[in-house]
Amino acid sequence: MNFDFSDDQRLLQDAVRTMLAETSTSQAVREVLEGRASHAEAVWHNLIEMGAAATAIPEQYGGAGLGYLALCLVAEEAGRHLAAVPLASSFYLAAEAIQRAGSEAQKQHWLPKIASGEVVATAALGSRERYRPAAPLAFDGQTLTGTSPALVDGGIAGLAVLRIGDDLVLVELSGTGVSRNPLPSLDPTRPLAELRFDRTPAERLAGANGAAVASRVLDGAAVLLAFEQVGGATCILEATRDYSLERKAFGRQIGSFQAMKHKMAEIYTAIELARVHAYYGAWALSSDAPELPRAAAAARVAATRAYTVAAEEGIELHGGIGFTWEMDCHLHYRRARHLGQIIGSEHAWRARLADELIKEAA
Amino acid sequence: MDFRDTPEEAAFRAEVRAWLEANGQKRTRPDEVFGEGLDDAAKLAAAKAWQAKKAAAGYAAITWPKAAGGRGGTAMQQVIYQQEEAAYLVPGMIFEVSIGMGLPTVMTWAAPELKARFLRPGLAGEEIWCQLFSEPGAGSDTGGVRTRAVRDGDDWIINGQKVWTSGAHFCDYGILLTRSDWDKPKQEGLTMFIVDMKAPGVEVRPIHQMSGDAEFNEVFFTDVRIPDSYRLGPECGGWKVMLSTLMQERLSVGGNLPTDLHAHLVALAQQCAWDERPAIEDDRVRARIADAYLQQKGVELVIARGLTAISKGKAPGPEMAITKLIAAKAMQDIAAFAIELAGPEGLLGFEALGGDWRYMQRLWLGAPGARIAGGTDEILKNVIAERVLGLPGEIRSDRKVPFRDLESA
Ligand SMILES: Cc1cc2nc3c(=O)[nH]c(=O)nc-3n(C[C@H](O)[C@H](O)[C@H](O)COP(=O)(O)OP(=O)(O)OC[C@H]3O[C@@H](n4cnc5c(N)ncnc54)[C@H](O)[C@@H]3O)c2cc1C
Repeated sequence: MNFDFSDDQRLLQDAVRTMLAETSTSQAVREVLEGRASHAEAVWHNLIEMGAAATAIPEQYGGAGLGYLALCLVAEEAGRHLAAVPLASSFYLAAEAIQRAGSEAQKQHWLPKIASGEVVATAALGSRERYRPAAPLAFDGQTLTGTSPALVDGGIAGLAVLRIGDDLVLVELSGTGVSRNPLPSLDPTRPLAELRFDRTPAERLAGANGAAVASRVLDGAAVLLAFEQVGGATCILEATRDYSLERKAFGRQIGSFQAMKHKMAEIYTAIELARVHAYYGAWALSSDAPELPRAAAAARVAATRAYTVAAEEGIELHGGIGFTWEMDCHLHYRRARHLGQIIGSEHAWRARLADELIKEAA
Repeated sequence: MDFRDTPEEAAFRAEVRAWLEANGQKRTRPDEVFGEGLDDAAKLAAAKAWQAKKAAAGYAAITWPKAAGGRGGTAMQQVIYQQEEAAYLVPGMIFEVSIGMGLPTVMTWAAPELKARFLRPGLAGEEIWCQLFSEPGAGSDTGGVRTRAVRDGDDWIINGQKVWTSGAHFCDYGILLTRSDWDKPKQEGLTMFIVDMKAPGVEVRPIHQMSGDAEFNEVFFTDVRIPDSYRLGPECGGWKVMLSTLMQERLSVGGNLPTDLHAHLVALAQQCAWDERPAIEDDRVRARIADAYLQQKGVELVIARGLTAISKGKAPGPEMAITKLIAAKAMQDIAAFAIELAGPEGLLGFEALGGDWRYMQRLWLGAPGARIAGGTDEILKNVIAERVLGLPGEIRSDRKVPFRDLESA
């Protein structure tokens, strides 16, 4: 048994970490937060140039062909550094859907463009929860008409994969009849937009198989996002720990109060629990194991819990300063919410985990 | 990343399986325990017989060096053995302290003649060991022990009291933490010994546990003589010896949680009704089943990470500290929820409600002890905060003061 990443994979992680520490600074993230940029361009450029974003795309389609384990570690660093880039939309979702459901021609055409960063792609693969009535979106086999759900990076994407019933539909966003409607986002570092189509040319990705492919892609995304969540949670816990060693109250470091120590120990415990479930998910994803649905759902629930508690308590343990715009605490508070819901909430995934466990026990 | 056995591991597994099939007795119910229906003496005899067979086959101390009576095997082999043995009726608890703590401490600190004297019979189950650290005034704060050791020629004379000593009523030897110097600060005046539990002046009184069993004891020492050759480590070096014992416990990868808890929950939820429907169809129940799995599988996976480190020749990381913290509380929560499934009827003992409930009811009654033994939740959180996160230690007033003065304070 070997339940760890290889030295080569760790080397890639270190390189990505060094690069992100230099480029994905608080200032770079805030350019997006405050609406002066659609994404952190230098960070995105570097992730593409290093081949880090396209690690899981096979070499024949322009990727690095290093597999999912490497991508998991890239994701952990992206989460840790709050990278404001379309990594999840392009690579965990859209590229995966095309890889798993596309025709050879579709793969040949689109994957190299995504891998090289020439095209940013996004996807809406369906979710169990909804508030607003679904806007009508119809695909007649050749064209698309109607309004998409809110899409991450919809403002800059050149390509979208949309689930319509059991169909997965591929639509180029430079085509005719496309308009974009940017929407306010609780995490403005991950902007949302809705797309409107009027007889826009589009093509089918996976016929009758669409629902199954979507579900498989979402499982993979759940694992990758869990690594982002674990990275983000670790970052805010470390920042909180460091602050608690500097700040004094009642004549002591606030980190010496047992209430503070125990809370941080609990956050650490939640993160380590999430980390091992994420690792297990990484194993299932990379080996295409039958355990993937269970492992992915477990990783998602545990990682969503961990990042949520780390971000919430991170502000609390900082005190008033943690509630200011200038401190990065709220960037994690927002990102934790974003990552925890963008492919369906913790509750929906917990229900999925239960379904899997009960099915297995039968 | 790879969870499959290597060819060598698969071969070892096959060997273990064949041996267990030939020598062991498989469980017939998931909650069946070793020695059901036997009285204490017969159960102890059966346990010793099993341990002797296991030792003869080389499975009693797989990771120990050959010179010390072990197999010289790997940590992975140890785990494989445990995984395979889990399907069999074996006396788990009885030898836990011997193999996990007592004998390793002897192996590390005793003189060669004593190792020759104690290790083999200990591994073979002929002699059983207990651990005498806690006292009425020294539990979490183990450094506060007051059991007095006074030098008398080649002997030491011991007076005092221990408490919560698991298994003392059937043990032959113990590792005993005493205070030999009252003028030194708390942790610096301690000395560790091997004590013969049958020696004159040792009195064991069982304590009735909340679970109804009597597995731990008070132990009184009145003018008990221990030869100086039975000292473990230097005079006043007892604290260091104790830490090494606890480290052994950590390396032996404890804090495990049964891997079938969520499956038990599923089975019980299928039998209960909530609002005239099978409870298993209720979303609240399903959510709790999912959460049970997260904890249980999580502990298994944290241990898998620790083992990976060990198998690469590294020390397991600090994350191992969380396993007992998660496991004991998870055990309590899962068992309580299982009992809740049946509503008012869940209050019936399993003798009336049915054997399917025995496992969870036992777990529920044992869980509070698991949260305390080997370090309370609060102490473990202090350990994580201080050793893993680097937060400041607790403010203490007892560090530099001679123990004698603390006493009178
Ligand atoms: C089933 C069982 C088996 C055992 N077997 C053995 C055995 O074989 N040998 C042996 O030597 N001992 C044994 N013990 C004893 C065990 O190690 C102690 O009970 C344990 O360390 C707690 O000590 P205490 O009971 O004195 O509680 P205390 O230390 O008095 O603790 C009482 C409460 O105070 C809290 N507390 C104490 N210090 C702090 C602190 N610094 N910060 C925050 N909270 C604190 C604790 O968390 C706890 O909630 C066993 C105990 C149990 C329950």
